[in-house]
Amino acid sequence: MGFSAQLAEMRFGYGMSPVVAPPASPEAMLTALAAPDEMATRFPIDSFGQFSAWVVETRKLRKAFQKTKDQEKREAYRAARRAQNEVGMEWAMRAMLRCTHTQCGFRERLVAFWADHFTAKGKIGLLRTATAPYIEDAIRPNVTATFGDMLSAVVTHPLMLHFLDQNRSTGPNSKAVKRNDRLDGLNENLAREVMELHTLGVGGPYSQDDVRQLAELFTGLTFGFDGGFQFRRGFAEPGAEQIMGKSYGGDPARLGPVLEALHDLAVHPVTARHIASKLAVHFVSDTPDESLVAHVTERYVASGGDLMAVYGALLEHPAAWDTPRANVKPPVDFIASGWRALAVDPDHVAQLRRRDMRRTLVNPLRDMGQPWQDPNGPDGWPEQDEAWITPQGVAMRLRWAVSAPQVLCPDLPEPMGFVASTLGDFADEHVQFAARAAESQSDAIGMVLAAPAFQRR
Amino acid sequence: MTKALSRRAFLARSSLIGCSVAASPLLTPMSFAAAPWDTRLVVIILRGAMDGLDVVRPYGAPEYAELRGALGGEAPDLDGFFALHPALNRLMPLWAKGQLGFVHAVSTPYRDKRSHFDGQDLLEAGTDALNGSRDGWLNRMLGEVGGIESRTAFAIGHGEMKVLNGPAPVADWSPDANLVLSPQALRLAQMVMQDDPAFHAALNEALMLSDMDEQPGPLSVTVDEDEPMAPPPTPPSKAHLKVAEFTADQLRGDTRIASFSINGWDTHNNQSRAIQPALGRLADTILALQAGVGEAVWQKTAVVAMTEFGRTAQLNGTGGTDHGTGGAMIMAGGAIRGGRVYGDWPGLGEASLFERRDLMPTQDVRAPAAWILRGMAGLDQATLERVVFPGLQMGGDPGLLL
Repeated sequence: MGFSAQLAEMRFGYGMSPVVAPPASPEAMLTALAAPDEMATRFPIDSFGQFSAWVVETRKLRKAFQKTKDQEKREAYRAARRAQNEVGMEWAMRAMLRCTHTQCGFRERLVAFWADHFTAKGKIGLLRTATAPYIEDAIRPNVTATFGDMLSAVVTHPLMLHFLDQNRSTGPNSKAVKRNDRLDGLNENLAREVMELHTLGVGGPYSQDDVRQLAELFTGLTFGFDGGFQFRRGFAEPGAEQIMGKSYGGDPARLGPVLEALHDLAVHPVTARHIASKLAVHFVSDTPDESLVAHVTERYVASGGDLMAVYGALLEHPAAWDTPRANVKPPVDFIASGWRALAVDPDHVAQLRRRDMRRTLVNPLRDMGQPWQDPNGPDGWPEQDEAWITPQGVAMRLRWAVSAPQVLCPDLPEPMGFVASTLGDFADEHVQFAARAAESQSDAIGMVLAAPAFQRR
Repeated sequence: MTKALSRRAFLARSSLIGCSVAASPLLTPMSFAAAPWDTRLVVIILRGAMDGLDVVRPYGAPEYAELRGALGGEAPDLDGFFALHPALNRLMPLWAKGQLGFVHAVSTPYRDKRSHFDGQDLLEAGTDALNGSRDGWLNRMLGEVGGIESRTAFAIGHGEMKVLNGPAPVADWSPDANLVLSPQALRLAQMVMQDDPAFHAALNEALMLSDMDEQPGPLSVTVDEDEPMAPPPTPPSKAHLKVAEFTADQLRGDTRIASFSINGWDTHNNQSRAIQPALGRLADTILALQAGVGEAVWQKTAVVAMTEFGRTAQLNGTGGTDHGTGGAMIMAGGAIRGGRVYGDWPGLGEASLFERRDLMPTQDVRAPAAWILRGMAGLDQATLERVVFPGLQMGGDPGLLL
């Protein structure tokens, strides 16, 4: 077998498109990934800095109305909140359009993979739409960097500091706690997840004491909406910390040793194995070939976590191409690849009403079990295929498949051509028959999108 | 995540069903193993922080009128000290029969930060503090009871029920996922999935769970300017009734534990109006469960409704209430010893309030939940305090069950 352009689009991208040519080789996939990020320019999403300016503004509006109880001011505040909800929906649409029109589906998949690996979201109302800007800043530019660079960007990002409570963590002997005993004290949440989820993995070579020491080293990492990330020395626990047998930092507390510890965790061989395994599971199979994981791990270690080298190892291994297509697309990818198969037109999307977007995107994602950018916890979405093939999930996918396409694409494609452009060599006789036998064009398109040949990759 | 593991259990079974279901899932008689016990427990998570002081009103406390101002409506008296919110008036017959009760001044161990997100996580985790564990107390309880079949426990409706997360198998379904395709489209969908056992089995299970008596016609979109997508088969305002009816159907069968959410309790503004829809849904739900399971099953049923925390004792400047601490737990069903308000009442004097603003929690809400689990599933106290609700001290038996 080996490389196949159709499989490349399905397994490492958002499926086949009737208008975008698939990549010619694994090398071409890497070249496209190294090239400028066209989709980020064409379908822009705010940076967290721009988003923070909105938060500052909106807080002012809220304060103004809370002080005066003035109805007009209240309306101004509400309007700002409503506008932001619309912006959040707009960003979701742009994320779908990026998947639809990109020549480098692999980049979009990698952004989603790393955004899930480093799950963060807002826990309060004003931050509910902050995930997209977080991904835009901390994840997207770093998918081609080193893992250590991405880890540092994530761990110092305001949204992650908020999500895992780092911004309120203070050293028990810090100046801030000595002055004010109402402060919360040490919070291990981020330190634990950095070791358990982000780097070494659960079962890695660290102890509870290492978690606590890392949490003490992290004290001082915080942020403000007007200044972004800050290192507040007053929050920091005095003295050096011992983490997995190595000493970091000392007095005065500085950011440098935090980044040094993150770098050491990033290049640790156990981290290499954890990341290699997650990539193989996500892109290839729930039970990946051991030689694939070993090959990617080796390249990770040799390159010090250079992600382009790591992806190269993944794409060059025969198991990347010879493993049967068993992975089930999670709901977001199912819908995004539906958009791509239909080549949904950005101009059409722009004039869709918000209700249409709720009915074709927001509500179906919730009903299929993957509400948009709202996973339950820091461990992100499940990888196991069984998590998604639930009666409710399958029913909702079927429902979406027969009803959403004509909203997104009023001029539906001719069904037999759609089978070929969407499933290529993977179309079986049942799909061919169903596309011909359906009572309506929308049912025919629906049967193609509901087929396991489309839902697995 | 519940789904991952519950699906595995389901798939193991579906491979036995095999092709006969494919031919006609609706006509194939299904038999499920008998459930390991006979009582029914429904856990309702009231998301958004229900105001216990408004729902079960301590009108006998001298400070209450001052804190809450003039409250509209005739609140039916419960016991000479507490009165029920008028929007729950329809439940008074249950109270009279001893099938409705409350535990007041309860909360989870969550304190001070008052975030819905963390508060609900802790309520559903059933632990002392958020410690990164991802399973819920109902699932741990299932693990202890053993003998759990695929439909013994059911998470119902939209949104994850973390309280049921964990390794024990749990089914899930939302009644508005009902498959309402045309018969031809359904046949074709079965055909395109027929060579993929997992998809095929899930589709057939969905067909069985779908309410086939109700056929609102094909989902395919009619060209209507105002309705580009077919409307959901149930208007959103009635969705909670569908959930209750579906739950009742399952409880009449092999399901012993069911859990779902009722949202809409975050009454920061204009409390007297804002809380009514949620209370209406709660009353509808309890009555629909009662009617749906039938008298015999209702006698064995306990419904427990819990919320992440209570709300401030005093109304705020916009006639609403903000996030607080102590709240109330609601119990209904023939299995409970209702007709009374349980709990250790702390009083509403300023000095009695938690941080001088919230109802003081005098009891861990996990304790009454644990006593109910003990009575209904026969778990011993040590298991409940160590495994199901680690760190809990259950205290004396309040006698919540008959």
